[in-house]
Amino acid sequence: MTDTSDRLVNMAQIMNTGSPQAVALGLRTLEIGPGRVVMTAPYREDLIGNPSTGVIAGGVVTTMLDHASGQAVYAALDSPDAVATLDLRIDYMRRAEPGRDLFVEAHCYRVTHAIAFVRAIAYDADKTDPVATAQSAFMLNSSAGRPAGANLKPPAAQSKSAR
Amino acid sequence: MSEATDRIVAAVRDLPYARFLGVEVVFSGDEMTAVLPFAEHLIGNPVLPAIHGGVLGAFMEITAIAQLSALQPAERLPRTIDISMEYLRSGRPLTTYARAQVKKVGRRVSNVHVEAWQEQRDAPIAFLRGHFLADPRD
Repeated sequence: MTDTSDRLVNMAQIMNTGSPQAVALGLRTLEIGPGRVVMTAPYREDLIGNPSTGVIAGGVVTTMLDHASGQAVYAALDSPDAVATLDLRIDYMRRAEPGRDLFVEAHCYRVTHAIAFVRAIAYDADKTDPVATAQSAFMLNSSAGRPAGANLKPPAAQSKSAR
Repeated sequence: MSEATDRIVAAVRDLPYARFLGVEVVFSGDEMTAVLPFAEHLIGNPVLPAIHGGVLGAFMEITAIAQLSALQPAERLPRTIDISMEYLRSGRPLTTYARAQVKKVGRRVSNVHVEAWQEQRDAPIAFLRGHFLADPRD
């Protein structure tokens, strides 16, 4: 393994185990490289979004797409930096098959000094037959000097601050 | 309206994924508010900490579908065609609220806008716009 791939694998591990929502969904990174990531989440009955069909909730797909896209941005940066989703657009092609694990492949294809652009595909078996596709923009250096725990402060001190 | 609203409240309560997030809906007359009490497992960024952007998107999508179901009862739940989310402020570790406006109810496709906020109604944290397919066949 090169230093870069070691660094990216470690970063993915930290991003997945350090994020309570990623842990709650069981998100794992299968592959990571510069600007690219493949993630998976297991099918679970407690994540069903339509009880009459057993199909997993669209929200799970949304969260996976957001998480994997953010991770692809990290994987495209030379050094760690706080990033935040600015916008995320998702097209749902078809419902996921009940019982199948979900996969997301995300590609951060462009980074400017302030913004990173990402495309992602969600699928359950075959990448050429996607469940959903996504396009998103992320803000770089989104913390802009805000310290850890900044969101715990009362709102008056925070309401006018930049995101 | 109360029979329809009771049905929606029960449908959200019985939805496994809504229970996983902790989403509830409350009605004031025909106006619906969705409520997402803060919980540790909703956090995406543990440093700030901030609620996961995907969770906020999921919460707003549930809000849209619930509001649409209240207006247009059908055998099957509406299915999401596409959604677009905009994030204005990070979600702080507080209760989040959302309300949906159904901009058009079509025979097949409806257009819904959702706004999410926390302590201040006039300082929204996120928006969702989406198209939803009525009574999907497959």
